Amino acid sequence: MSNSSSAPLTTADGVPLRVSLRRAIRRSKLKALLLVSPLLLFLGIAFVMPIVDMLWRSVDNPEVSSTLPRTVSALDGWEGEALPGEPVFAALAEDLREGQQARNLGLLASRLNYEKSGMRSTITRTARRLRTLEPPYREALIEINDTWGELDTWRLIQRESSPYTLSYYLAAVDRQFSPQGEIVPVPEYLQIHATLFWRTFWMSAVITLATLLLGYPVAFLLANLPLRHSNLLMILVLLPFWTSLLVRTTTWIAILQSQGVLNDVMVALGVIADEARWQMIHNKTGTIIAMTHILLPFMILPLYSVMKTIPPSYMHAARSLGGRPFLCFRRVYFPLTIPGIAAGGILVFILSIGYYITPALVGGQSGRFITNYIAYHMQTSLNWGLAAAIASILLFVVVVFYWIFNRLIGVDKVKLG
Amino acid sequence: MTQILEAESSADDALTDDLCFARFINVQKSYDGVELVVKNFNLDIRKGQFVTLLGPSGSGKTTCLMMMAGFETPTHGDILLKGEPINGLPPHKRGIGMVFQNYALFPHMTVAENLAFPLEVRHLSKDDIKQKVQRALAMVRLEEFGDRRPAQLSGGQQQRVALARALVFEPELVLMDEPLGALDKNLREEMQYEIKRIHANLGVTMIYVTHDQTEALTMSDRIAVFNDGVVQQLATPETLYEEPENAFVAYFIGENNRLCGEVVELQGDTCRVRLDSGDTVLAKPVAVSEVGERTTLSLRPERVSILDTGDATVDNCFTARVEEVIYLGDHLRTRLSVCGNDEFILKTPNAVGNTGLRPGQEIRVGWSRGDCRALDV
Ligand SMILES: Nc1ncnc2c1ncn2[C@@H]1O[C@H](COP(=O)(O)OP(=O)(O)OP(=O)(O)O)[C@@H](O)[C@H]1O
Ligand SMILES: [Mg+2]
Repeated sequence: MSNSSSAPLTTADGVPLRVSLRRAIRRSKLKALLLVSPLLLFLGIAFVMPIVDMLWRSVDNPEVSSTLPRTVSALDGWEGEALPGEPVFAALAEDLREGQQARNLGLLASRLNYEKSGMRSTITRTARRLRTLEPPYREALIEINDTWGELDTWRLIQRESSPYTLSYYLAAVDRQFSPQGEIVPVPEYLQIHATLFWRTFWMSAVITLATLLLGYPVAFLLANLPLRHSNLLMILVLLPFWTSLLVRTTTWIAILQSQGVLNDVMVALGVIADEARWQMIHNKTGTIIAMTHILLPFMILPLYSVMKTIPPSYMHAARSLGGRPFLCFRRVYFPLTIPGIAAGGILVFILSIGYYITPALVGGQSGRFITNYIAYHMQTSLNWGLAAAIASILLFVVVVFYWIFNRLIGVDKVKLG
Repeated sequence: MTQILEAESSADDALTDDLCFARFINVQKSYDGVELVVKNFNLDIRKGQFVTLLGPSGSGKTTCLMMMAGFETPTHGDILLKGEPINGLPPHKRGIGMVFQNYALFPHMTVAENLAFPLEVRHLSKDDIKQKVQRALAMVRLEEFGDRRPAQLSGGQQQRVALARALVFEPELVLMDEPLGALDKNLREEMQYEIKRIHANLGVTMIYVTHDQTEALTMSDRIAVFNDGVVQQLATPETLYEEPENAFVAYFIGENNRLCGEVVELQGDTCRVRLDSGDTVLAKPVAVSEVGERTTLSLRPERVSILDTGDATVDNCFTARVEEVIYLGDHLRTRLSVCGNDEFILKTPNAVGNTGLRPGQEIRVGWSRGDCRALDV
């Protein structure tokens, strides 16, 4: 202590204190990092990379620029007022020949076909006669297929020559570029995604509300019953987690279908006529019922964890101060459970808008979610760019909801038990 | 009914009906149908009195309070408020103010909103509410804190808000369940004084629960000592301390030296007890009625004095060995070995003549027969 305070403190062996402290901290940090590294690695491969890849695919647009490089550069500076000249057609013929050898004309054909129907057959038909193609290419190509004589075709090629595109996002919200390059709605008979987004959101909201209405009293009981009974109830709440999602969903089909248990009972009781059985499955009703059931625990658990921290003395105090039971509930108990409601609500809503299997099985045509279309574009139409764009929009919505929730309530309020 | 009342109130001055504000009559309570938590509880409370339920943990104090407030129903017996049985009355219609051990201030409301709650549910006008809230805040000296949340207050301030909230709607009866349990010693004493002051100013009837005997002794008009769901004694603080009726009360209230033995002679207000060590002691019979009965003698440490050699004017006089001397500033506690009891405590003021005792020293101690009460075993 006698040496002046400006001299740095050292440990017994003369190393400056700050250095040795940093060294000690670094070692414990390294140890911590080592412990979480398997999970980090897993998350990186299984979570971060797919998301990055998805975001990338939703704007990635390599087909035109890589398959038709000469055409693209020949089109550079073209005003789009009149058909391009011979050099452009020659470049196209060259590009198509090369593409045919490299066998990547199929990708180009699909890509252009998303934007302008008929382009697939135009390209395959042209490719088939490339061998015999002779200059002047302009007349020859137009002769093979009139499409090459249309201004819009060349405008399309020019527009999609950029390696990035917004057209998947436009398609995801039922918009497209007009031949003039303006953003316009797609023809009405092709509009599907916006309806599906809207349906996904409102049905998720209904499901969230239904889980709240059904789950709130259960969570209250769980938090207030004597331990012996509440344990049993908790097991019942968690029971769904122990059975396969598929089993639970198909059970609902067995119960709700028109020859199912519920309808049979209703007919037997004479509540409904045999000919007028309720249609409760393969429509919105089916999706809402099954998803409410499946997501209920995700509402009950956060509610329960919040309610358990509310001592009964608050309600006792409110009652002794003269409040009727309902008023005490409304003014005292309910406001204290709002963090739980918000946590459960956000959890169920987010899970719900991303749910796939249940709507696919019980939703029929009218009860499908946007996720079912993501799957459709992944598996059937093979338009991965569009699938990625839809999924990215969903991701964005989830992030926005999460952000709002975090601002209003705080993520630390979400507990599951 | 009146016979029961007369029998039960015999310990205290007889109460006439109009003086009696709240009353427990033969109340029993069982939670599980197996064990009685409260056994035959009787208590009469006069208007404006400060009555304390004092007892060890688990003796049923909170249960009694909860039955009064209406959150538990008695398994048997009646609870009367102003002469009316209130067994079927829901809590919010009883008009009883209550202060909880953890205060139970609504965390999502400000202090002022907390105080306004009981007034709002009674549909008072906005101006009235504002005025009464201000007055209540002034009463507990927290005028500036109306806009704070409970979490932004210290423990003592929260306690005062809880008190103000229980009083703001002017209830005639206020129940408090260990309201000072969470406070440190200094704050406790300050709050005890505050509660007493408010009680004296407002003249409300208060039932107070504590397991702290000092708190009970300093604050109460009357104390009901609880054990095992039974009131062991109901009396004023002085009576409880000076004249405990049984060994539990003597042990629970204040410090107490115990000597066990058998009554060998009983004569009027004196009895002779042969201790297990063989010594005989003169005592005042309180809970013994015949020769041959076993008894516990109870003796307050401050009623034992050190005798000069040769002094024989005292009723009981023994040789004692000093085991330990503890210096406590204003007084000394000396642990002695007397009549086979080596936990015998002697409490002497720090005055000339009482100092200088050393462990191992032999001294003579004595006490008068009136201070030595022969109680039950
Ligand atoms: N809700 C309940 N269900 C079952 N038993 C209970 C319940 N509340 C209290 N008891 C039991 O009743 C007995 C008396 O409890 P009570 O809370 O009245 O004691 P207390 O005198 O207030 O104790 P403390 O000083 O610790 O607060 C205890 O044995 C307790 O276990
Ligand atoms: Mg208690």
